[in-house]
Amino acid sequence: MFDNPELIKLVFGRLTLESFPLHEPILVATFIVVALGGIALVGALTYFRLWGYLWREWFTTVDHKRIGIMYMVLGIVMLLRGFADAIMIRLQQAMAFNGSEGYLNAHHFDQVFTAHGVIMIFFVAMPLVTGLMNFVVPLQIGARDVSFPFLNNFSFWMTAAGAVLVMMSLFVGEFAKTGWLAYPPLSGIGYSPDAGMDYYIWALQIAGIGTLLSGVNLLATIVKMRAPGMTMMKLPIFTWTALCTNVLIVAAFPVLTAVLALLTLDRYVGTNFFTNDFGGNPMMYVNLIWIWGHPEVYILILPAFGIFSEVTSTFASKRLFGYTSMVYATIVITILAYLVWLHHFFTMGSGASVNSFFGITTMIISIPTGAKIFNWLFTMYRGRIRFELPMMWTIAFMLTFIIGGMTGVLLAVPPADFVLHNSLFLVAHFHNVIIGGVLFGLFAGIYYWFPKAFGFRLDPFWGKMSFWFWVVGFYFAFMPLYILGLMGVTRRLRTFEDPSLQIWFVIAGFGAFLVALGILSFLIQIFVSIRNREALRDLTGDPWDGRTLEWSTASPPPAYNFAFTPVIHDLDSWYDMKKRGYKRPESGFRAIHMPSNTGTGVILAVISIIFGFAMIWYIWWLAAIAAVALLAVSIGHTFNYKRDFHISADDVVLTENARTDLLAAGVKS
Amino acid sequence: MNRFFAIALLPLLALLSGCNAVVMSPSGDVAVQQRDLIIISTVLMLIIIIPVMVLTVFFAWKYRQANTDAPYDPEWDHSTQLELIIWAAPLLIIICLGAVTWMATHLLDPYRPLGRIAPGKAVSETVKPLQVEVVALDWKWLFIYPEYGVASVNEMAAPVDRPIAFRLTSSAVMNSFYIPALAGQIYTMPGMQTKLSAVINNPGAYQGFSANYSGAGFSGMRFTFHGLADDGFEKWIADVKLKGTTLDRVTYLQLEQPSENVPVQHYANTDPELFSAILNRCVERGKMCMSEMDEIDAKGGLGMAGIYNIRSLEYDKYTRRGGAIFGPDPAFVVGICTTQEALQTSMNTVPLPPLNTSPFVGAGLPRPSPAQLFGLHRLPSNS
Repeated sequence: MFDNPELIKLVFGRLTLESFPLHEPILVATFIVVALGGIALVGALTYFRLWGYLWREWFTTVDHKRIGIMYMVLGIVMLLRGFADAIMIRLQQAMAFNGSEGYLNAHHFDQVFTAHGVIMIFFVAMPLVTGLMNFVVPLQIGARDVSFPFLNNFSFWMTAAGAVLVMMSLFVGEFAKTGWLAYPPLSGIGYSPDAGMDYYIWALQIAGIGTLLSGVNLLATIVKMRAPGMTMMKLPIFTWTALCTNVLIVAAFPVLTAVLALLTLDRYVGTNFFTNDFGGNPMMYVNLIWIWGHPEVYILILPAFGIFSEVTSTFASKRLFGYTSMVYATIVITILAYLVWLHHFFTMGSGASVNSFFGITTMIISIPTGAKIFNWLFTMYRGRIRFELPMMWTIAFMLTFIIGGMTGVLLAVPPADFVLHNSLFLVAHFHNVIIGGVLFGLFAGIYYWFPKAFGFRLDPFWGKMSFWFWVVGFYFAFMPLYILGLMGVTRRLRTFEDPSLQIWFVIAGFGAFLVALGILSFLIQIFVSIRNREALRDLTGDPWDGRTLEWSTASPPPAYNFAFTPVIHDLDSWYDMKKRGYKRPESGFRAIHMPSNTGTGVILAVISIIFGFAMIWYIWWLAAIAAVALLAVSIGHTFNYKRDFHISADDVVLTENARTDLLAAGVKS
Repeated sequence: MNRFFAIALLPLLALLSGCNAVVMSPSGDVAVQQRDLIIISTVLMLIIIIPVMVLTVFFAWKYRQANTDAPYDPEWDHSTQLELIIWAAPLLIIICLGAVTWMATHLLDPYRPLGRIAPGKAVSETVKPLQVEVVALDWKWLFIYPEYGVASVNEMAAPVDRPIAFRLTSSAVMNSFYIPALAGQIYTMPGMQTKLSAVINNPGAYQGFSANYSGAGFSGMRFTFHGLADDGFEKWIADVKLKGTTLDRVTYLQLEQPSENVPVQHYANTDPELFSAILNRCVERGKMCMSEMDEIDAKGGLGMAGIYNIRSLEYDKYTRRGGAIFGPDPAFVVGICTTQEALQTSMNTVPLPPLNTSPFVGAGLPRPSPAQLFGLHRLPSNS
């Protein structure tokens, strides 16, 4: 059998022994570490007999809270991978001077920066943002779950499937060497014939399905499942930003799907959408990918804005200043997000009028964003600010993000962009807004809602360590890049000629090292907090003196979130209820109708991974079987009639009585 | 710590303009104006950024929980006057910046011929701009001087104070042509032409490079741009003419092959049609130029016959080339500009089966054969 190349090709496609990077010592070492870690994890799970628990309570769950937590875990795990790539980039660029080639060849380095961008956006920022929205939104609007609980589980597993494919490319074959947006013709079959680009396409397509469906789901949830009395202008501000973000997702992600599908056709069946010859035009790809890509930036930042609004108001113990203008600012940003995509390629030769139009629309976005910053400022004004961790991240955000906003507006001036486009100044700018905005926001959110999710707070000492390492590390890592950009240094360079640049790269590398300590402190913090969870326990369900509905229920909330659907009279509904001397009902509970768990999401995601893998490696028989299986399982699931059950009144009474006891214990202690 | 850094950054930026930050101290008039625009915009924005930063720190400090002397007003959440100000202040700044942007974008449009070579020094009507044709290759730069019939790889020279009119394209993938000391960058894209107007004011040797990642050899796509006095430039041209070799289509196709960290090369005799052939993707003999296709299409096209006019690519032009797994083999459109070529092509091509004019599939209509459906007319038909 093995001497028949045709047969081997039929069975394995283009997958050969050479596809495994056994000659790359870095990858082999990484693989050994990952494999050992994996074996240890699997061993531990088996030893402690956790598989059944994980499968029943987590993998198959349709509970929005648990799905939200799984998204967060996925995001944090992928953060480690994406950050490892960042460290590798910083190390290479700090070394490759005076004729030195550094330690990465082009084949490796080009994959590293591509993977860094793809992972950080699609598999770190997106899961973390989606995870927080998943966890918080139903609680904030007084709902028991999202509109389509199974779809929610399926969305998560599709996102995870995309992440698995990206991780697989590390050890089987390679990843794309095109930059994170993979402009053709470079990403076309003529110039990237290898499997790396196909990993990119299929990982993003599969994860994109998850993101799109989760967008539809949350949109429907916010529109249809708000508690009685919660009109749109009484919607908590985080939910408002989540609503706008999901509108953006639903409108933007199909564009990504379509443009990647066109590129797939170019690569697999020889169409000429984006090729150089036969009437193809790569600029169409550039336009389409940015019509998705720019709204994507706002998909990430809007929920972060929502988090900062909630945090500022809660920790200043004061109503949010200018709620109405905050809402309109969010809506304006949502709309403008679609009118600015061309500012990513002013330098591709559009006319002056086109460039001016897109430059000015971009600047206009800074008006609602500026209004938001002022609103947070005046929320702090005449407040009583408690500097807990979420508030510290918020202050750091306000001071950091505003610098990124300023450099962003600068880049929106076309003639300035002509000298700064693709430079390290640009790299510094978007890290400035994504780390200083999105990531700081996510940290604020994680610290803010962690007690709600797990019933205990995160350890403040290690949290402060993490905070300072991150913030100081950020400035050390990215301020030198601004300077390098002004020195005319472009991005994605692997080697350098001018030795005077080296010092700045070394400083940036030091910053990355500080950030690494920040990540480490964060992990230690989680470990320490779990160990000391009894001391950090929150019995009240409302550890921060919160203002919105999620704080009215227990920490962690029961599966059904609210025993009785709350009725809303005020924007700060829980604050309003507390003020009016709300008494938690202790009797009269009834059975609660809930959705049932299902393993279909996991099964579909696993088949999707197999399908993607088979398509990447041209294993057609496997792709065909997987495609049929996908259809069969999807149709089969429609015949699953065990979709719901009732939590009996007795169980509700038990759960609620336990909370009554906890609350009483909390009052005594 | 962070706020300290933020404020410390600003004088640092100012300092940079004095030292080796080339973007902040360029040597060409266009880049100088772009630098000025960066400074004007930054200052305009700082009008609002600095007060916000100061207020953030001040409010955070003043209204901290421990300071019980500060007023506390938990219900205060609206003030029409204040909201007017917080929307109007950024709006005003953006109106100013927008106006500056509109003017500057038009004035500094890279396609616009230069109006001046330095502040107060208009371009005299007698001076014609230096024409330079730039081709981004894998992974080096080719500069063609059509007026002089010379070309060079990875080295470029231009006389001081004479406007330069670049026309740019690329042979394979996207790159961006950027000499920070001279002017802003512009993309080079295969099959497309971009333009850039610039002038160098100070003599010297400046770095140029590709500012858009283009594959494995990207880091080595550097070249030196020499700003020379008039006589120096004439001497450079004379040197190239003396020592350079010939650059015709054949040598170009060799040069076009991917190579990294390429040393400077000079060419004395350059095919005057070369740039246009590269731009229209028809350097190889027998290939139809895109400009010809456009012309044919503008006149109504060749109809169905137009899609049969292709031949498979017989040699591997790029070592990187791959083909779509299910697609046709790499092919090109055959040029039919001369009778001789047309005859040659037709001799090498399998005769086409007669075009089937039967109507489309529909109820009660005869069904065309699969070969016709999939457009496989080029193949010899057994039936």
